[in-house]
Amino acid sequence: MNLHEYQSKQIFARYGIPIPRGRVASNSDEVKQIAEELGGRVVVKSQVLVGGRGKAGGIRLAKTAEEAQELANKILGMEIKGLPVRRVLVDEAVGIEKEIYLGITNDRASRKPVMIASAEGGVDIEEVAARSPDRIIRLHIDPLLGLREYQSRDIAVAIDLPKEYWRQFMAVADGLWQVYQDNDATLVEINPLVITKDKRLVALDGKMVIDDNALFRRPDIAEKRDLDVEAPEEITARKYGLSYIKLDGQIGCMVNGAGLAMATMDIIKLYGGQPANFLDIGGGAGAEKVAAAFRIILSDPNVCAVLINIFGGITRGDEVARGILAAIQEVKPTVPMVVRLVGTNAEEGRRLLADANMITAETLAEAAEKSVTAAKERCNQ
Amino acid sequence: MSILINRNTRVIVQGITGNEGLFHTTQMVLYGTEVVAGVTPGKGGDWVLEGKIPVFDTVKQGVDVTGANTSVIFVPARFAPDAIYEAADSGVSLVFCITEGIPVQDMMRVREYLDQKGVRLVGPNCPGALTPGESKVGIIPGNIAIPGSVGVVSRSGTLTYEVLYALKQHNLGASTCVGIGGDPVNGTNFIDVLGLFEADPGTNSVVLIGEIGGSDEERAAEFIARYMTKPVVSFIAGQTAPAGKRMGHAGAIIEGGAGTAADKIKALTNAGVQVARHPEEIPGLLGG
Repeated sequence: MNLHEYQSKQIFARYGIPIPRGRVASNSDEVKQIAEELGGRVVVKSQVLVGGRGKAGGIRLAKTAEEAQELANKILGMEIKGLPVRRVLVDEAVGIEKEIYLGITNDRASRKPVMIASAEGGVDIEEVAARSPDRIIRLHIDPLLGLREYQSRDIAVAIDLPKEYWRQFMAVADGLWQVYQDNDATLVEINPLVITKDKRLVALDGKMVIDDNALFRRPDIAEKRDLDVEAPEEITARKYGLSYIKLDGQIGCMVNGAGLAMATMDIIKLYGGQPANFLDIGGGAGAEKVAAAFRIILSDPNVCAVLINIFGGITRGDEVARGILAAIQEVKPTVPMVVRLVGTNAEEGRRLLADANMITAETLAEAAEKSVTAAKERCNQ
Repeated sequence: MSILINRNTRVIVQGITGNEGLFHTTQMVLYGTEVVAGVTPGKGGDWVLEGKIPVFDTVKQGVDVTGANTSVIFVPARFAPDAIYEAADSGVSLVFCITEGIPVQDMMRVREYLDQKGVRLVGPNCPGALTPGESKVGIIPGNIAIPGSVGVVSRSGTLTYEVLYALKQHNLGASTCVGIGGDPVNGTNFIDVLGLFEADPGTNSVVLIGEIGGSDEERAAEFIARYMTKPVVSFIAGQTAPAGKRMGHAGAIIEGGAGTAADKIKALTNAGVQVARHPEEIPGLLGG
């Protein structure tokens, strides 16, 4: 789950990381008032969870409170990469001497947090990494020991930070480590961390990504979730304990298990079709859950056929079949349905479904082939 | 022969009185697994399965009394890291964690601690392991595999069952099947298991089932090219997965353009691994 810039910076401030004075607003009158309080010269920054806000015209400098209001009128209500701008952050404009990059993320390969820093801040760090990898400093942090002071100093030295800023920098680095740990982040990023003309270090921008698996113990963060970035079907799916991701194809998929769900999408493609979604119904397949899955899959108007692929391991095939039948009674789908049931009591399950006019298949390949054919017939492709 | 578990494996089940723990304990015992003890804090002195398995308050007690050497964990995510630490401190040398949804920062600390202790963890978010005809630890359905000489290692659950089932349809059996789990940070990686299969005289070939996300498959490819003499066949799930989306498993995500199925397939192919286009092709690639 991603946090907005203003949310991330509010958290940074609680850990002693200096941020510009400023506040978030949702209408231009508030923007004007905040700008007046800050002395007129402000930056108006759209708060949407995508990269490239600046290039899209979503970050603008105003010299007066009136200008800030005008800009806010333009920015609020804008769409950036399909996302509506509902809020802007109004920050005091800061005189910038130099821009630095500082972040912490999880390094999967080494199974440790890694602090990343660069003397080239304020630009896309991936770009810097691709162009001049030697300008990127990476330093692993022992998950049991945490970030040590000498490590922050190592980084300050490595990015050629003048000695007079070391103390400030080490405080920011330590604050960022605490932010990362205390909030179960998978990424915390200050880009840029600036040296101001009056010789202060300030976090001008902020980004945080939180581990979804840790939200149970971070209720204050969980409630910050921005639903604009998620498809409505994905939000519904989460409520039912389903994992759903919408894609562009014509064949809806309902599968138990994430790996098998991906493999099912892949084999549909292999047989000349395109999957309409990823959907993992997880363990068990009661009628309620299956019905919710059907409703979500069929809410996509592109779906021409549905492929149900269930490997009944511990779940019994006849139970799954009854769940499917009950769900069909309720949802009444009109597109062709191909079902493949394997494993425990699968024969009994297949018989129940064949009686209900569903197309059945024994192998994965057969199921893929039949669903591709059914989808083509249905949509006259 | 087999790896990790066999008929001498003595299992202690953490969370044995919970719904899942009890159900899968029953399944394990029916399969023939030597389940010798269970743990639920506060329920020490109870017995489950009609008085066959004693329940202890702590893992240490259970291990001391019954000589258990392997733990399997069925406790909710918020308690699972502590359960793993407890297992690691109890004297068992092998821990399976079935639990899904453990925060990744917890897992980084757990892994660091276990490495220092020299205790092996398999999982979390995994189905466990199955040595057909001898023992199963975890939740893999026993009836879908027969004994044989194919080693199976996978990041997935039901997709692994699919492969075991396809092997069985072609009369191919497994030496051991290990599910290493779908999380970004886990206890045992592909190369750990590949090394064990290479050294196991009962394994003649290996099936590696990977998926998008991370670089575990790429590192496996390097290991195979350098150290494996036994043939390896693979399938990688997620060729149609979009970038930036988490595909069910916490670890199944293409980040910053890295971790794609295409990269993994290329690395494995370059290492001499035959990569199946879909799971049902695997038996054919093994000559079944």
